[in-house]
Amino acid sequence: MSTPEDLKYTKEHEWVRLEGDTAVVGITDHAQDSLGDVVYVELPEEGSDVTKDEAFGVVESVKAVSDLYAPLSGNVVEVNEAVVDAPEVINEDPYGEGWMIKIESPSEEDIAALLSADEYEQYVEEEK
Amino acid sequence: MTLKRTSLYETHRALGASLVPFAGWEMPVQYSGLMEEHLRVRSSCGVFDVSHMGEIEISGPDAMKAVQYFGTNDITKTRDNQCQYTLLCYPTGGVVDDCIVYRYSKERFMICVNASNTDKVFKWFNEVDLSEVAPDVTIEDVSDKYSQIALQGPASIRVLKKLTDIDPKSIWGFYFTETRLLGKKVLVSRTGYTGEDGFEIYSAPEDSAAIWDAIMEAGESEDILPIGLGARNTLRLEMGYPLYGHELSKDITPIEAGLARFVSLNKEKFIGHETIKAQAENGVEKRLTGFVFHGPGVPRDDYEVRVKGVAAGHVTSGTLSPCMRRGLGLAYLPPSACKAGTEISVIIRGRAFKAKTVKTPFYQKQVQ
Repeated sequence: MSTPEDLKYTKEHEWVRLEGDTAVVGITDHAQDSLGDVVYVELPEEGSDVTKDEAFGVVESVKAVSDLYAPLSGNVVEVNEAVVDAPEVINEDPYGEGWMIKIESPSEEDIAALLSADEYEQYVEEEK
Repeated sequence: MTLKRTSLYETHRALGASLVPFAGWEMPVQYSGLMEEHLRVRSSCGVFDVSHMGEIEISGPDAMKAVQYFGTNDITKTRDNQCQYTLLCYPTGGVVDDCIVYRYSKERFMICVNASNTDKVFKWFNEVDLSEVAPDVTIEDVSDKYSQIALQGPASIRVLKKLTDIDPKSIWGFYFTETRLLGKKVLVSRTGYTGEDGFEIYSAPEDSAAIWDAIMEAGESEDILPIGLGARNTLRLEMGYPLYGHELSKDITPIEAGLARFVSLNKEKFIGHETIKAQAENGVEKRLTGFVFHGPGVPRDDYEVRVKGVAAGHVTSGTLSPCMRRGLGLAYLPPSACKAGTEISVIIRGRAFKAKTVKTPFYQKQVQ
């Protein structure tokens, strides 16, 4: 399982990359591996608002449907339409091309609540 | 309730399978990944543990009469060593189980039934009054005496050829033979649940792990993979094959399920005959149909189906087809909506996804 040091994580298996005032969000390597082949993705509209810990979209494998939970609250400034058209990218490159949405100006408080790579890895171990 | 384990449980563990509860058994749902496993069976071959399936033996001078009375199909049309798909029905016409009958002789049959229904079918066979129809029979649940391994896919025949003295080509489709594999006694039938050429191998439970390993080794040059129940389900669904508990139940008749070709209304009396005959003559209120999505989306069990915007039924089985990369499924709908090409919609998370009804099988085998 790959867990890049420079990212933040949630217990719902999303990752967050802070790029200036924007937070890029996707699902972790562990999440894509547990799901299996992702075959369908639903993401919010650009310009919509997402709320921390609430579902913002859906990923589906052949076997199951899983909700995506927002790691932070804020306005969605960009949506990765490429993963909607070719969901397998999420399996192939979860931390790169498989990103899902970009959230504008997340609050410091929300950011502080995210897990570090070490904390996330530990959480996954305990969950097993 | 503790889950039962097949004689291949340790083999699955060693292969790193994800094991899940299924019909009272702890079974492998996938090994390397559902999609890869599914595609490998279509392109080459795969091996499945289906030891959870039940086996019931009917024997004695009246065995044939009993089978003829229990099942909707006409067993007198088979020869020794032939298999036949049939449905076991209640007097209401509802389905007890769908199964494959193995005819050793007119006096001995083995019936392979669904794991979830083994106890129920055995009980049912014993409840039915056979005193008039077939008094001299013995009915035995022999499930514990067998493990069952399915070898499926176009390369199966080459893999099996390496392991037996008999030429697998000599086993015709829906026939079986008793032979030896690694010196162990086995029953090999040319049957399956994938739509591909393939075999099902019944052995004593203590021999199954060695047989599995031998198949994996013989199949190495064909890139054989172990296949879990996940891909077993998507493979059967691409063919439009029914699964008990989804397309079949005590509230559904073979006619409604589109299985009239396995019902022989002209043979002597069988259980459920009256209702089924009436339905065949007068029509039904719902029928099983296949449907495919026009665009992206994955239909799943129990999703609502609408015709002209009005609720008309539910998805009984749905998936994204690994071969066709499209959402497809089966549903019971009013017969008027079952005509191929009818526009319908499937409701997913409150949204209507457009689909059209189609004839099954969904998947057409590629000409090689």
